[in-house]
Amino acid sequence: MSETLARLSGLTVAYRTDGTSSIALDAVDLDIMAGERLALIGESGSGKSTLALALARLLPGTADVSGRISWPADGHAPLPGRDYGFVFQDAGASLNPVLPVGEQIAEVAQRHLGMAWREAYRRARNLLARVRIPQPDAVLRAYPHQLSGGQRQRVGIASAIAAQPRLLIADEPTSALDMVVQAEIVALLDELVREDGMTLLFITHDIALASGFADRIAVFRYGGLVEAGLAAEVLSRPTERYTAALIASHIDLSTPPLIAGGAP
Amino acid sequence: MSAPLLSAAGISRTYSSGGRRVVALDNASIAVARGETLGLVGPSGSGKSTLARILLRLIEPDAGRVDFDGVDLLSLRGEKLRATRRRIQMVFQEPLAAFNPRATVGGALADPLRIHGIAAPSERPAAVAHLLERVGLDPGLASRAIHEISGGQRQRVAIARAIATKPDLIVLDEAVSALDVSVRAKVLELLVGLQRERGIAYIFVSHDLAVVRAISHHIAIMDAGRIVEHGPAPDIVADPQSAAGRALVAAVPRLVLK
Repeated sequence: MSETLARLSGLTVAYRTDGTSSIALDAVDLDIMAGERLALIGESGSGKSTLALALARLLPGTADVSGRISWPADGHAPLPGRDYGFVFQDAGASLNPVLPVGEQIAEVAQRHLGMAWREAYRRARNLLARVRIPQPDAVLRAYPHQLSGGQRQRVGIASAIAAQPRLLIADEPTSALDMVVQAEIVALLDELVREDGMTLLFITHDIALASGFADRIAVFRYGGLVEAGLAAEVLSRPTERYTAALIASHIDLSTPPLIAGGAP
Repeated sequence: MSAPLLSAAGISRTYSSGGRRVVALDNASIAVARGETLGLVGPSGSGKSTLARILLRLIEPDAGRVDFDGVDLLSLRGEKLRATRRRIQMVFQEPLAAFNPRATVGGALADPLRIHGIAAPSERPAAVAHLLERVGLDPGLASRAIHEISGGQRQRVAIARAIATKPDLIVLDEAVSALDVSVRAKVLELLVGLQRERGIAYIFVSHDLAVVRAISHHIAIMDAGRIVEHGPAPDIVADPQSAAGRALVAAVPRLVLK
């Protein structure tokens, strides 16, 4: 049995707006095991992104947090960039628009790995090749807006793993991308966490996407944890009706067509 | 296929972006039959939304011809264009952007009834209530502001507005892509039910081949401004002939039960 990387106990988050408070995450207990690929599944307002932000200590000042997050394996809260990397849905918004992408990645390696700039910049180049950016030497000098959405997300991933973190948190990393690019990005994330032995927290609304590579699945709804377990068990024998409904709503190429008889 | 309701032939369109000439559509041709759905699918930037907007006469092509029920659509002007617009409606991805956000649900639905002279002022509240009921919404929603209702409800209102003019064709551009899966399934069922009941043809634009296949009779696959495949939906999915088609089929996430 592997060790527990993070333990959430009664984690509750409420956002304050205009004098009212709304609960986004309600008394969640969940362990994240070192080295596992854990998918958080949920629809809009389920609390899955709030959980990721709470774990990364990226919640806005309007959030009230109670309950506990402990880090038994490390004994201290993780340092952003160093101990965990975060991949956002909108890579364009998380990258600095006026800094060439090579410098953004090198900066992470320089700060957290204590590398000299030249060495850090070489690492940035190697990371771009590793996330399969074509022509990495040219892209080192490119600005984010000059890249496609899929390339920007690859750069976001390169930056997130630049300091060799133990934990990679990916919050809907493919939701803004088309399906072909989505499949490439998911395969890349899967490969990177396998090779580096990282723990992956993958947040998605797409239960089928998660089913392809997650070891465990945690289903959220209205801020609460509905059920969590091994992916194969949750998907083939869901204990909660909501999980079963999510699975039933999924549409793939084996779903019976909604139109009668198909093409005449 | 009998004479198609709409056929587009040889549609080309280029535009300039930052001094560069970009080919958005390159000799694209499609057809959709009355009462059927044509799924238009392809990756980002393949030209599917540009083609949809040309069919709606929101963008003019550089070349090509569109026949709609025997009429040369691109030559229509003025009153004739307005009369034809009533027969071709649209639903976009983000309904909030398609409505005046301060409008009420009832106001948004009364507009097309007024503009196209479909219901007299005294009949409009009843017509609005009937439209809301038909798309599965409470008629009491008519007094609510568009921004107050949920995304799924808004998309149903957009569909109600589209059917208000009794169209022959609705162009749906990523109309269910932003919806939660449970909401999406119900909106797709609504679309299929409306088609069966009223014989409306759809052009269903999406990057999601699985959703397209579930709702379409025929599928056209786009890549870099071209139509690279066009055929019956089961054939395209079972045996894609183009590289783009094969990539789309391979990219659909499958529920893996291990």
